[in-house]
Amino acid sequence: MNRLCEIRDVSVTYCGQTAPALDRIELDIVTGERLAIIGESGSGKSTLARAIARLLPPGIRLSGEMRWSSGQAPAPGRDLGFVFQDPSASLNPVLTIGEQVAEGARRHLGLSWKEAHAHALRMLERVHIPQPGKVMNAFPHQLSGGQRQRVAIAAALAAKPGILIADEATSALDMVVQAQIVSLLDELVREAGMTLIFITHDIALASGFADRVAIFKDGRLVETGPTGAVLASPREAYTKTLIASHRDLTTPPLIREAGL
Amino acid sequence: MRLVRHLVRTPEGAIGLAILAALVLVALFAPVLSPGDPLRIAGRALLPPFADPAFPLGTDRLGRDVLAGILHGTRTSLAVGLAAALAAIAIGLCVGLTAGFAGGLVDEGLMRVVDAFQIVPSFLLALAFVSVIGASVPVVVLAIALGAWADPARLTRAQVLSIRERDYVASARVIGMHPAEIALREILPNALPPVLALSAIIVAAAILTEAALSFLGLGDPNVVTWGSMIAEGRNILRSSPSLSIFPGIALVVTVVGVYLFSEGLTKALAGRRLEP
Amino acid sequence: MTLLAIKNLSKRFSSGGRRVAAVDDVSLTLEPGETLGLVGASGSGKSTLARILMRLLPADAGSIRFEDEDWLALSGADLRRRRARMQMVFQDVLGAFNPRATVASVLDDPLRIHAIVPKAERPKEIAALLDRVGLPASYADRSIREVSGGQRQRIAIARAIATKPSLIVLDEAVSALDVSIRGKILELLVELQEERGISYLFVSHDLAVLRAVSRRIAVMDAGRLTETGPMRQVIENPQSPAAMALIHAVPRLVTEPTEGPYRDV
Repeated sequence: MNRLCEIRDVSVTYCGQTAPALDRIELDIVTGERLAIIGESGSGKSTLARAIARLLPPGIRLSGEMRWSSGQAPAPGRDLGFVFQDPSASLNPVLTIGEQVAEGARRHLGLSWKEAHAHALRMLERVHIPQPGKVMNAFPHQLSGGQRQRVAIAAALAAKPGILIADEATSALDMVVQAQIVSLLDELVREAGMTLIFITHDIALASGFADRVAIFKDGRLVETGPTGAVLASPREAYTKTLIASHRDLTTPPLIREAGL
Repeated sequence: MRLVRHLVRTPEGAIGLAILAALVLVALFAPVLSPGDPLRIAGRALLPPFADPAFPLGTDRLGRDVLAGILHGTRTSLAVGLAAALAAIAIGLCVGLTAGFAGGLVDEGLMRVVDAFQIVPSFLLALAFVSVIGASVPVVVLAIALGAWADPARLTRAQVLSIRERDYVASARVIGMHPAEIALREILPNALPPVLALSAIIVAAAILTEAALSFLGLGDPNVVTWGSMIAEGRNILRSSPSLSIFPGIALVVTVVGVYLFSEGLTKALAGRRLEP
Repeated sequence: MTLLAIKNLSKRFSSGGRRVAAVDDVSLTLEPGETLGLVGASGSGKSTLARILMRLLPADAGSIRFEDEDWLALSGADLRRRRARMQMVFQDVLGAFNPRATVASVLDDPLRIHAIVPKAERPKEIAALLDRVGLPASYADRSIREVSGGQRQRIAIARAIATKPSLIVLDEAVSALDVSIRGKILELLVELQEERGISYLFVSHDLAVLRAVSRRIAVMDAGRLTETGPMRQVIENPQSPAAMALIHAVPRLVTEPTEGPYRDV
């Protein structure tokens, strides 16, 4: 078990706030694992994702350290890909899809425009975009939400990074598309042997494919461990609450059913 | 008010507010600081500045006190600037709100009128208006407002178009609110902030336009304004430059004060939105 | 008396020269005191249908009978008055409330517009409404921005019941809420229904949420209604591909680790 990153005593406080967004987090990230960071709003899960990707805004107070096995922090784009929650906001509306996906390859792999273009086309095929040739010249507003997110994933993976962080990447999508995107992420990450950090508020969604889960609440790490073990026998009260709040089609309904 | 506190925390807002406060005080207390008619002949002609303590900034060709002129001129400049900006914004808000809310042909028609007013350079429009009707303070105010209302109208309309689609406007319709009440209570207050930010620029432009009109001799001849003082000094610029420079400095300080205040206000409004 | 009868409702949008049927010949009914779940993926037309029903969008064809009246024929002051009988709860993004509103003003508006109680009694009625949705009366003076997401949705529900409607349309009303809060809001809705006999048209893309509160379900796909029926029946025995996809998409809590792809979609 290789430790990709050791997060030691990391705290983050935003400018103008007194309460920390993250409070003395101790967490390991294993190379090649699929780690799900689960929490509700205000848990600090997105803050942790951005701290790892060094995407926090200026003016924040950060203490503690993150020790990377490679010796230095991964460079965004080249070593680390980031997929945001809202693909309408993370894609540039005035650039074509092809330009946006190719940019990462050009910048970090040093490919020429033609090579990067061909690479972008292959990436779009890998994320199962229908008619990738046409989509290369299309603009983000011409695609559906699910397709935009596929493009965002393609762009994040264009430079073949070793780590992929997905920050609530499915929360803005409907259920059917969400399932497809999660399946896609799982497939891509396994193929390339990448490390996946999947931020979500949906414990059931994470349970379907994550190796380990880390539960966050109000900026603190509540519980962490292999998915099956944590879900089958949760130790902390909050984890039990999260599991109990989960509803699926087998959960008894709240209304009295007429007849059985 | 929290807004004022935010405003004062920014350097621009603090300085701008200080300058504007000083100007307002001067305008209010001009008759106390410098009693009597500023256009009367007070002393010997062409006294140089800083020579006679009775006339700290000197006198002009006719022996009128320059300092008195500047102090009283503040009243005209601020009054005309504020009144014209207020009129421009009021007209702009009405037109923009109507166009954005009504849509369809009303919107198209009003926007063509706005286009017409935006095409004509605002200063020339004011100039033409004053030349035809005659120069007096109310006419000058109206002339400046005519040239300035088109921008706030367009901005208001853009805001209304975007706010109209928000869920809280739909909510208001769903609970059965009358369209007029929706326009005035739900849409208008939320459309205001960018228009308010624009208002400071309109005030500054109005002050400058008034000065330019007075400079050209088209201002009200019965009140002293900085523009007319600069015009007076133009003829003897080489020998007594101070006659034009002092009112010029007053203009610059006023306009800079207004700009800094608007910068500070914009920052304070933006800063407030970042807070949860 | 059937509370709501939608017959052959259609709406087309022109987008880039093409005409897209957002709602295509949809018919459904709703009885007093029952909940109909309206489920579909995004783009299925369910939100458009809800908005047409709320008279926020015009229909191109079809009819709606509500409380034995031609609902689409109403306009002007008549429509505004009758709106008291049909209310809506939106998906709670901060945009569902006027940013300048206070909790009291949000609840006061419908009470005032429909003269539910005399003016002097309104503060008491507001306190009663807040209490009914589980919020302390002291919240009345708070700005709407100072209130959390779950609390805002309670206020939205309080606003919706203020005019004593017979039908409330809920458009993704719990989708933006934390999972631990969703259950509480759904329980509140069910309680209010049992107490006051309100019917709900619950629009959502999450079948698990609808399972909790609806006895009947209608499935929309690309503007058409592809399946309707009792909830249990549709879930256990789906007929349409849309229904099958929606059922399949609900995440299940998996306690054994999986090797290989997540699910065979």
